[in-house]
Amino acid sequence: MPADPLIRVTALGKAFGARLVLGDVSLAVHPGEAVALLGPNGAGKTTLLKILATLTRPTRGAAAVAGHDCARDAERVRRVIALVAHGTWVYDDLTAVENLRFWATLAGLTPSADALAGALAQVELDRVASVPARTFSTGMKRRLGLARLVLAPPRVLLLDEPFAGLDERARKWFEEHLEAVKARGGALLMATHSLGRELAIAGRIAILAGGRIALDAPHGAVGTEEIRRLYALHTEEAS
Amino acid sequence: MTYARRAWIVLWKDLLVERRSKETLNALVFFSLLLLFVFQFTLGPDRERLTAVLPGLLWLGFVLAGLVGLGRTFLLERENDCWEGLLLAPGDKSAIYVGKLAANLVLMGLVEALVLALFTVFFNVDLGPALGGLVPVLALGTLGLAAAGTLFAAMTAHVRARELLFPVLLLPAQVPVLLGTVKATEALLAGAPLGTVGHWLQLLAAADAVYLVVGVLTFEFLLEG
Repeated sequence: MPADPLIRVTALGKAFGARLVLGDVSLAVHPGEAVALLGPNGAGKTTLLKILATLTRPTRGAAAVAGHDCARDAERVRRVIALVAHGTWVYDDLTAVENLRFWATLAGLTPSADALAGALAQVELDRVASVPARTFSTGMKRRLGLARLVLAPPRVLLLDEPFAGLDERARKWFEEHLEAVKARGGALLMATHSLGRELAIAGRIAILAGGRIALDAPHGAVGTEEIRRLYALHTEEAS
Repeated sequence: MTYARRAWIVLWKDLLVERRSKETLNALVFFSLLLLFVFQFTLGPDRERLTAVLPGLLWLGFVLAGLVGLGRTFLLERENDCWEGLLLAPGDKSAIYVGKLAANLVLMGLVEALVLALFTVFFNVDLGPALGGLVPVLALGTLGLAAAGTLFAAMTAHVRARELLFPVLLLPAQVPVLLGTVKATEALLAGAPLGTVGHWLQLLAAADAVYLVVGVLTFEFLLEG
């Protein structure tokens, strides 16, 4: 009998006005598991992540993280999740280390100078620790955003196109970091429309199309070519 | 303790960003200078008329400068989706409000000190004898303006007509503060001792308490949108 899921989504629906984005989505992600959420643009992947991250509320159904309801118990959910999305949460006029200190302190941590330096070293930003982030490239800002995960490892990671903007070394580091989260018993939900790197980490593939989970299968059971075929099939059906 | 540290880090961050960018401070200083020029040209050298309108002009300058500065409070958070990070930070969100308010108080305090100094130069008035009494009036008035302004800035941060809506919401809410500050300033500049404006100070303190309590209690809901 597997442990209780860290992410449980039940008959979830979300509408923006008259536009239904999520119709009837059910999904569970267990400890130590990573699920790649595939789907075309506008399928509702980001909306589902935002509901789980407590940034928006569902119209119907329920979403829970670590047993806490995302709508009714947002504060407890926020204590166990981390969201890696399109925004890097970087203040351009602060240096890398100042940015990191700010977010860590706001999260209730008291990181030492060594801990901050160590986190920056992991994402290879230690040499520019005292440089204002205004001068950073998009990829460097994304790496700075990822350094927060080193200081406060989450139990549940919600990822939206996690490898976008990262160079090869940063991708490799991040892959290892995600594997470590899984090994610690954490859960990952990765939204993507790429069929590349994310699939290697994911133990399960879920295709979101037409406002519902059209396919939910173990990665090992279907090869990448088969995933491509099913992805094309389900997204065509949905449109 | 964690609450105080979280409020402090928001204050530290806002002041550090402002020190480096100088965006708000530069805008406020130039805006205040322009206002003083306009007042000077409008009033001319008539000392009698100047004495009558000086308290109102002084607070009009503070409030207009406040509208410019306070309205920008949360613009910084839209950069790289930092707003999302503030929202997802665990813990009492009112610490963010307190930190933002403290940063606004520091900025407004600097601008008000500058405006006061320039008033003495532009209008050739001696504020020295009344300065001791003016300090508590300025402190309470600025706190009221900043407490309500920080809250309404959060409320309107994601509204398309933000520049229009912010003053429309803030100015009516500032009526007790404007009434108390202008009346108290008028009396103090006329040479009245601080004790005679105690009732206006009480009004200001009561208004400040209301704005602060409402701000602390409602900020989380505003941040969540």
